[in-house]
Amino acid sequence: MLFEDGIIERMWGSSRIVHGTNRLKRGFAKMVKHGAIFDVTNPEQAAIAEDAGAVAVMVLDKLPADIRAAGGVARMASVEAIEAVMDHISIPVMAKCRIGHTQEAILLQEIGIDMIDESEVLTPANEAAHVWKWDFTVPFVNGCRDLGEALRRIEEGAAMIRTKGEAGTGNVAEAIRHMRMVNLGIRQLVSNKDDPQELMRLSREMRVSYELALETAQLGRLPVVNFAAGGIATPADAAMMMRMGVDGVFVGSGIYKSQDPEVRAEAIVYAVANWDDPEKVLEAQAMISEKKSMTGIDINALTEEQKIQYRGAQL
Amino acid sequence: MVKVGILALQGALEEHENALKKAAEKINKEIEIVFVKRKEQIENIDAIVLPGGESTSMRSIGRKLGIFDPLKEKIKSGMPVLGTCAGTILLSSKVKRKKEGPATDGVIGLLKATVIRNGYGRQKESFETDLKINKLNVNIKGVFIRAPIIEKIEDDIEILAKVDNDPVLVEQRNILAATFHPELSGSTAIHEYFLNKI
Repeated sequence: MLFEDGIIERMWGSSRIVHGTNRLKRGFAKMVKHGAIFDVTNPEQAAIAEDAGAVAVMVLDKLPADIRAAGGVARMASVEAIEAVMDHISIPVMAKCRIGHTQEAILLQEIGIDMIDESEVLTPANEAAHVWKWDFTVPFVNGCRDLGEALRRIEEGAAMIRTKGEAGTGNVAEAIRHMRMVNLGIRQLVSNKDDPQELMRLSREMRVSYELALETAQLGRLPVVNFAAGGIATPADAAMMMRMGVDGVFVGSGIYKSQDPEVRAEAIVYAVANWDDPEKVLEAQAMISEKKSMTGIDINALTEEQKIQYRGAQL
Repeated sequence: MVKVGILALQGALEEHENALKKAAEKINKEIEIVFVKRKEQIENIDAIVLPGGESTSMRSIGRKLGIFDPLKEKIKSGMPVLGTCAGTILLSSKVKRKKEGPATDGVIGLLKATVIRNGYGRQKESFETDLKINKLNVNIKGVFIRAPIIEKIEDDIEILAKVDNDPVLVEQRNILAATFHPELSGSTAIHEYFLNKI
């Protein structure tokens, strides 16, 4: 089911122009496939990302690792900071709004950013609902921990999905777990694509519509672009996620919490593009030094309350 | 059997793969699709698609792989090429970041045109509109995503489609360049025309 409430129509001379269609939103995400998107907090970091070959940047007030350390409420970045990054670089600029904070999303759309990440990295604002993304002209990306969560976000209008992983840890284990769960869910749907009763049972288990479960079963993949995110810190991490079938990667704290952000950014872009060529991934991995990687956090050392991947997951 | 490459540095590769497969079936032409990432692959292909994506990203990966020089030579010698959006930016001789700004040399630079990157603006200005392509006798959906604008072209380049007054599909002998995304249009007309050029 597609709602297209975010559409804007206008005339240019004799041509009828339409903005904000589902095709344009999902199409935007298709253009960043096989690419890397980096979290940045200022124009200087954004310029490093652009020079390294990133396909887009994500503007935050603080990097996830710093949000984790600082505690308190994490909100959308300052308007000034977002606009400064937009003015400074020419690649797409994304920014995060809090889960369910429709007003922050409206503000980000007004600023004119290219995509909104409704993100668990910020403090959730609505415990009962995510943003109803169909109302927007700008496309959204949402996080997921398994296939059901991904499909529920798509039903709300997300044009792109990413794994949640465990942001700000420099530990890729949770992103791997979440991608494994997505792949497992897809295999389950695919193997039952000719069995409507079983497909309906699975769709109820995943709390999504039968139609979307069927569509996913027939496609054999998510109906939108799917990136990895949360804990990616090295070229090997990025290539590992590509190997699991993601369309690209988000790197949060991994770049600017390392001591070699310029070469690391370039190395990760190169590893994503060449993930299926061991020689080239080795070339990328050799560009960085493990001594300069962010130290990272063992996931087992975190209490359940300290994990941010659970935010919004029950919805 | 002809080998059709898709420059696979970054971007919407699979969408072109699907469109090429459907187009080949329609015109009953046998093709093999090759994802091109190595310079050694270039001598073995008969045509290539430069897909949509981020041109700056493709430029930086492609330069590191040393793929653009051999690609340029092959296109110069007459290999058919279809550029879409970012692909058209790679093909153009002059590229501007802003309308008022300076122009720099394009990466491949064989299409005698000046393009402005993201000429219409950011994603909120991305649009769909109906395009009439008289030469191919079709109407298709033009899907423009952070699209470039072709500001200036040499007189000997044929304009196949326009939006308002801007050329959006142009042909310079073996080079076919679109500022939009035919691979997202649902029509295979442009891919069929491209395959017929091989």
